[in-house]
Amino acid sequence: MEPSDSSPATSNITVRRGEPLVVVKNINKHYGELHVLKNINAVVNRGEVVVVIGPSGSGKSTLCRAINRLETIDDGVITIDGVKLPEEGKALAHLRADVGMVFQAFNLFAHKSVLDNVTLGPIKVRGLSRADAEKKAMALLERVGVSNQAKKMPAQLSGGQQQRVAIARALAMDPKVILLDEPTSALDPEMINEVLEVMVDLANEGMTMIVVTHEMGFARKAADRVIFMAEGEIVEETSPEEFFTNPQSARAQDFLSKILDH
Amino acid sequence: MDTLLNNLDVFVDGFTLTLQVFLWSALFALFLGTIVGAMRVSPVGPMRWVGTGYVNLVRNTPLTLLMFFFAFGYPKLDLPNVSYTTLAIFALGLYTATYVAETLRAGINTVPLGQAEAARAIGLTFGQSMSHILMPQAFRAVIPPMMSVFIALLKNTTVAAGFSVAEAGYIRASLSERGEPAIVVLLWVALFFILLVAVLSFVQRMLENRLKVLR
Repeated sequence: MEPSDSSPATSNITVRRGEPLVVVKNINKHYGELHVLKNINAVVNRGEVVVVIGPSGSGKSTLCRAINRLETIDDGVITIDGVKLPEEGKALAHLRADVGMVFQAFNLFAHKSVLDNVTLGPIKVRGLSRADAEKKAMALLERVGVSNQAKKMPAQLSGGQQQRVAIARALAMDPKVILLDEPTSALDPEMINEVLEVMVDLANEGMTMIVVTHEMGFARKAADRVIFMAEGEIVEETSPEEFFTNPQSARAQDFLSKILDH
Repeated sequence: MDTLLNNLDVFVDGFTLTLQVFLWSALFALFLGTIVGAMRVSPVGPMRWVGTGYVNLVRNTPLTLLMFFFAFGYPKLDLPNVSYTTLAIFALGLYTATYVAETLRAGINTVPLGQAEAARAIGLTFGQSMSHILMPQAFRAVIPPMMSVFIALLKNTTVAAGFSVAEAGYIRASLSERGEPAIVVLLWVALFFILLVAVLSFVQRMLENRLKVLR
C-alpha cells in the first residue's frame, strides 16, 4: 500500500496524533432501494478517539460495523493499518482479532462464565496458555471493576457489568482499534456512567476508538473529533467543542437542538 | 412371568444387541448429524447444497427401504464383508443423522445473531465460532426434541429384526419357535422398551437442568 493511498480523502482535520490507522474510502452500501452509506470517506489516526453522532437511520452503526466487515459494503475500500479488509475467511478472522468490537446488546457468550468470555479469544486466536490468558483476563476485569464477578455467568450480571466485561473481552485481544456501537444505549440510566468511565479511561490511555453514541458528555470529555452523519452521509466533521457550540449545517443544528434541549 | 423367566437368555441377548445397535448408531448419527447441521448453515454455497441434498434424499426415504439397500445392495458390491448388524447400524445412523442435523439447525437458529457476531469480532473462524459458541448453545436449546430423535432411533432399531439382526424386535420370532404365546412376549418387549425410554427421558431432564443457558 502506497502511503498516499491512506491519506485522508475529505478529512479537514489537521491535528493528528499518529499515522492513519483506519481509512474508509468512497464506500457505498444499499439495503435494497435504501442507500444507507453514501460515498463515505473518513480517516481515524492511531490514538484518536472519534465519536460518530447522528439521528437513527443515519447509517452510523452500519459504518461502524462495516469496519470489521460485520456489514459488507457494495463498493469502496476500507483499510486497517494499511491492510485492505479481506473477503470472508481466515484472513478476515485474523484481521478482526486486531479490531475490538463492543455491541449495544453486550453479546457476551451466554453459556460461558465471565472469565471464559474474556479468555476465549486469547486462547483460541492468540494461542495463549490458559494460565496466561486467565492472568491477563483477571487484570482486565480488575481494570473495568468486575473482577469479583469472574466466576458468574453473564445473565447474573447487571447490564453495566456485562458491558464492562464486553470491553474487557475486546481489550484481551490487544486490539489496534476498538469499535463501540452504541455501548450505553441498552443500559439503565444509573449504569451508563460506570461504562462511560471505563471508556474515558481507555481514551486517556491512548486507545484508538470509534464510538457510535448519543452520549454528548462522553464526546465532550474524551473525543478528539466528532463525525456527524445524517441520511447516510457525513455532514460535519469537526472538534467536539466546535460541533456543540458552533454547528455549521442546518441538520446538525436541528439534531443538537432536539437532544440538548432537555 | 414364566414366559420371561424361562426365556431370560433370549430377552437378555435381544436387548443387549438392541442397546449396542442403538448406542453405535446414536453416536454415528450425532457425529454425522452435527457435521451436516453445520454444513446447512455454512456461508459456503456448495457445503449448504451437499447438506441440503443429503437431508432431503435420506430423510425422504423410508427406513425400511434404506435397510433394504444396505442388507441386499451392499453385499452385491465388491466390498469387504460386513455383518448385518453393522449394516443396520450404518443405515440407522445415516437415517437418524438427517433428523439430528435438522434439529440442530433449528437450535442454531435460536441462538441470537449477536453471539455469532461477537464470536467473529474476536477473530474466531467459522469453524471455531461453530464449535465454541453456536453448537454448544444450539445443543442446549434442543435437548428435548433431540431426545425425541433418539427415542425414535431406539424404537427404529426393531426394523433391523426384519434383516436377520437378532435384537429385541426379533425376540417374538425366536420365542414362537419355542412355543411361547406371541402376545405375552410382545407385551414384555414393549414393557422393556418403555423402561428404556424412561431412562432416556431421565437423562434428558438431567441434561436440561445441568446445561440450561441463562439469558
